Amino acid sequence: MIYFRLVFVNLLRHRIRTAISIAGVAFSVAAMLTVVSVLEGAVAMFSGILSSGAQMIVFERNVSDLFFSDVPAPVADEVATWQTVAHADPVLFGVVSSADHPIITCFGVTVEDPRIQGATWLAGRPDYFGRDAADVLLGERAATFLGTTLGEQIQIGHADFRVTGIVKTKNGFEDGGIFMSLAEARRFFHKEGSSVITVRLHNKDDARAFKNQVRDRFPNLIALEDAEFSRSYSQFKILKATAWAVGGCGLALGGLGVANTMIMSVFTRIREIAILRVNGFSNGQIAATIIGEAAAVAVAGALVGLLLGAIALYSLKLIPVLHGYIDVTMRPLLMASVVLLALVTGVSGALYPAAYATRIRAAEALRFE
Amino acid sequence: MKRDSKTTNPEHMAIRVCNVWKSYEEGAIPVLNGVDLDVEAGQAIALCGPSGCGKSTLLHLVGGLDRPDNGTIAVNGAELNRHRDMVRFMRHEVGFVFQLHNLIPDLTMKENCLLPSVAAGMDRHKAQDRLQELAGRTGLQHRLNHTIQRLSGGERQRTAICRALMNSPGILLADEPTGSLDERNSTNIFELLMSLAGSEGVTLLMATHDRTLAAACDRIVEMHDGRICEHC
Repeated sequence: MIYFRLVFVNLLRHRIRTAISIAGVAFSVAAMLTVVSVLEGAVAMFSGILSSGAQMIVFERNVSDLFFSDVPAPVADEVATWQTVAHADPVLFGVVSSADHPIITCFGVTVEDPRIQGATWLAGRPDYFGRDAADVLLGERAATFLGTTLGEQIQIGHADFRVTGIVKTKNGFEDGGIFMSLAEARRFFHKEGSSVITVRLHNKDDARAFKNQVRDRFPNLIALEDAEFSRSYSQFKILKATAWAVGGCGLALGGLGVANTMIMSVFTRIREIAILRVNGFSNGQIAATIIGEAAAVAVAGALVGLLLGAIALYSLKLIPVLHGYIDVTMRPLLMASVVLLALVTGVSGALYPAAYATRIRAAEALRFE
Repeated sequence: MKRDSKTTNPEHMAIRVCNVWKSYEEGAIPVLNGVDLDVEAGQAIALCGPSGCGKSTLLHLVGGLDRPDNGTIAVNGAELNRHRDMVRFMRHEVGFVFQLHNLIPDLTMKENCLLPSVAAGMDRHKAQDRLQELAGRTGLQHRLNHTIQRLSGGERQRTAICRALMNSPGILLADEPTGSLDERNSTNIFELLMSLAGSEGVTLLMATHDRTLAAACDRIVEMHDGRICEHC
């Protein structure tokens, strides 16, 4: 009890300094949490676009970006006939531009595609999709930023298309995209196949057999399970690594703040530490009070940071243009990781001050009364 | 006031200081120049002498807060050197009282007194009992939960005495314990110190400028220029 009092007495003695240190850790934690959550949300969203709820994704082996993947058209037809496969949907990804929007993602899909079947139709009807080569569907956000309504003509690239439907999807990226029939997309992008084939199996346990079958039958293609794809796709890995690196830098700055505070704390109470020494406190016990102080600051900062991070994420989610882009789910593992990192950083920042404190010589500190 | 001490016998020496030298600033400031001192167990010794003569330094060396440049110091028959567990020594064998009380101001009187027991890992109930006993004997029962800022100078010094005796050390080192108090409080604190040291069987080594108080000790040791020049 007294040990904890020793830890907290000093924090309470310098309330403003303590508050600033806690704020430093809190902002670092909030920044890390926000950056990681936003980027992980983005990765989840991209992953959702690519897999669209399917269990397997088939694409060209060794491509740096799925936009460059080319899966020959007959492959999808053949895969659809395999015994293990319940459904196979070829999807062609492309980027198109309109007058004021140079980059709009375009999805070339079949009418059976889960994106079309699972979407909420705000205007138009699903059975009209793909009847005419010059028809397109717009995601809700795309319709908003293009200022287009049902039945209007829009110019995409050098061609005009008629809007035959507006759909709302759960995925923010898809919501800002344009859907064409697969046949029209192949013509538009001058491709013969598709970017990927998303596959739903009859039985999830057949995943390995399916992967082997793809490898044996089409050596230039690779089949990955959805989660496996999220983990291994190089762009996702880069995004995740970037998020953790940026967040880690923020946290390291917070840790330096704690280190600075703890050094000041030790310097301003050399005499007090000498008193502890005179009263029989060992090096370990003295170091523990300093590290305990840093840990208290780090944990308090982490908790405040989690709150700030949650507020930041919910605020970002409320911005209409970011709708569907941000996953505000704060996963327990992520929160625990961030708190643990804050604790480790804070305690690391206290190591030098603690070592300094253990070297204080009581006789020298008390000699000048 | 004077207490009975055991007969002079090396076996009974609580403190043996042999040819101790100490300087600061790498020899630039010599403080102790070959000090020899024997203190029998249970004695109360007054260390007198002008400021800067080395009284405090000698107390710090005997208490293990610092090391001599040369010479040896033995406490309770064992030499203080790097092979001895100094943390254990400071927890159980020696207690300090300083001129300025050296209490932690934000803690209560009770918490300050319990610090040595916390350091030593003493059983909580035992520590509480010991605290109650010492608080009773120093008249501070009603101040247990008061922070140090709310105590008078005399009460602070009595708290420091309680803390020094908390783990029942065999040796009490007091560095001008009455130096910052008025005459009445000085006398009270000194009498308390002598009474507690006597009843606890503690060996008291006290640095003081106050000749009247020194005269009440079993022995007066005069120091001058880092040497012991006279034993009374």
